[in-house]
Amino acid sequence: MTWVNAVIQGLLLGGQYALIACGLSLTFGVMRIVNLAHGDLAVCGAYLGLVLSTALGVPVWVTLPLLLPAAFCAGLLLQALLFGRALRHGVLAPVLVTFGLSVMIENLLQVAATSDPRGLNGGTLALASFRLGSITVSWLFMTAFLTACAVLSCVQLLLSRTSWGRKVRATADDLDTARLVGIRVRPLFAVVSGIAVATAALAGVFIGTIGTFDPLAGSNTLIFAFEAVVIGGLGSLWGTLIGGMALGVTQVVVGQVNEAYAVLAVHLLFLTVLAVRPGGLFASHQVASEVRGSGALG
Amino acid sequence: MRLLEVAGLDVFYGDFQALFGVSLAVPAGGATALVGANGAGKTTLLRTIAGVQPAGSGTIRYAGDDITAAPPHRRISRGIALVPEGRRLFPSLTVEENILVGAAAAASADWPLDRIYGVFPMIARRRRQRASTLSGGEQQAVAIARALAAAPALLLLDEISLGLAPRIVGELYQTLGALRETGATLVIVEQDLKRAMDACDDLVCLLEGRVALAAPVAAVTRDEVIAAYFGEGARGGSAGSSPKAAT
Repeated sequence: MTWVNAVIQGLLLGGQYALIACGLSLTFGVMRIVNLAHGDLAVCGAYLGLVLSTALGVPVWVTLPLLLPAAFCAGLLLQALLFGRALRHGVLAPVLVTFGLSVMIENLLQVAATSDPRGLNGGTLALASFRLGSITVSWLFMTAFLTACAVLSCVQLLLSRTSWGRKVRATADDLDTARLVGIRVRPLFAVVSGIAVATAALAGVFIGTIGTFDPLAGSNTLIFAFEAVVIGGLGSLWGTLIGGMALGVTQVVVGQVNEAYAVLAVHLLFLTVLAVRPGGLFASHQVASEVRGSGALG
Repeated sequence: MRLLEVAGLDVFYGDFQALFGVSLAVPAGGATALVGANGAGKTTLLRTIAGVQPAGSGTIRYAGDDITAAPPHRRISRGIALVPEGRRLFPSLTVEENILVGAAAAASADWPLDRIYGVFPMIARRRRQRASTLSGGEQQAVAIARALAAAPALLLLDEISLGLAPRIVGELYQTLGALRETGATLVIVEQDLKRAMDACDDLVCLLEGRVALAAPVAAVTRDEVIAAYFGEGARGGSAGSSPKAAT
């Protein structure tokens, strides 16, 4: 029963990884930006949640109707003012720009909020749990997991079923031809970036409620998100969900044997997938061939 | 009436100049063949007219308005659509999705899906398939269908016969003939000189980024065009001037 428990807890943990990775997968899949500040943007979301819930004196969930639109707008602005400009200067520029953004965010947060670890007020949900046979499941973990599944499914449906999503996929396939057929790429990218930052902020709120966070937590978050994206397959959102769960299950199951090796096992899984299938397990055909062609990530 | 007028167009790729003072006029309702050797600037000219390649200097007028600085989506919604060289379909999208994306900035709703499938019955059967799984001829048909979805008044076609069997090319040109009857104006880049001259009313020959010959097809011989093609003749002027190619 210990093992079943480990797998279940691992799946739930993986949901959190998938939620943070969702935006990373989206921005990479569509715009070919590896956003190195993605984890820091999630941490910003957590701090915003902290400020709002403290100011209003309510659990952080209540502040989401304010927090998510704010994060969406921040994403729009980042794309319009920063990432969009960087994209026009080749593939390296966005990497440098997002790296710079990451350093700036971490230092500004340290100045503004000090390095003390913080936690978010999750209300009664944070402490509640239910029993599944002999296994105890935290409602908070369950909520994070279900939210991740819902968010990834919604984004995937948005991409596969709507005319907006069709334009996004066309642009992801071939930017130049997308412009040629009359797609307005800049507003499209801005909305994609808005969605990515909003999902990052949501993930940040869960991270801050489940554990603690500090100004430097973003980099560590980014690594797990990045690994989930790569394991699942670049440019595939379902893959990202599976990738996150693979990470979570590996971490908890190995942790069951020896806690010291849990995180190492996750990184080894990532390395193995990268060595055996550089395109990831569920890579979209397009991106997989790009990866094979350039060898940039191999 | 002239639908499209290009005057003194210079186009650059960085320091490299691809077009030098290109001028031409395309009458409404006609078909113009754009010929020339590889690297003569045919694709660059079409891409500049479509708005995806910026003009260095010169003007592009469409239906009387200066559109030199207009972005591609605005040109499409005014009725200019380009079928790009190499087809450039969106590989992960289905046939139908490719066509629907082409309607993103459509000039009008004159070309709904069923009308497009009526013109290209061979792709109607494949509408749910990914575009990348189709044969070359089918892919070319989808590329034209995608441009048609924008309901163009001016359709620019770049090397649609590239890599296709002659029978398939024949069928595509028959379709183009049917499109002309609907009132669309065509500009066709074509390597096969005979086919280009058979299908079009006017002919413009580019040589190293300049107009070498511009004349009604009926007013030039094949030899005169070939001379302009390889730069063995005197240079013709802008559109409408009579050819002065030496024989």
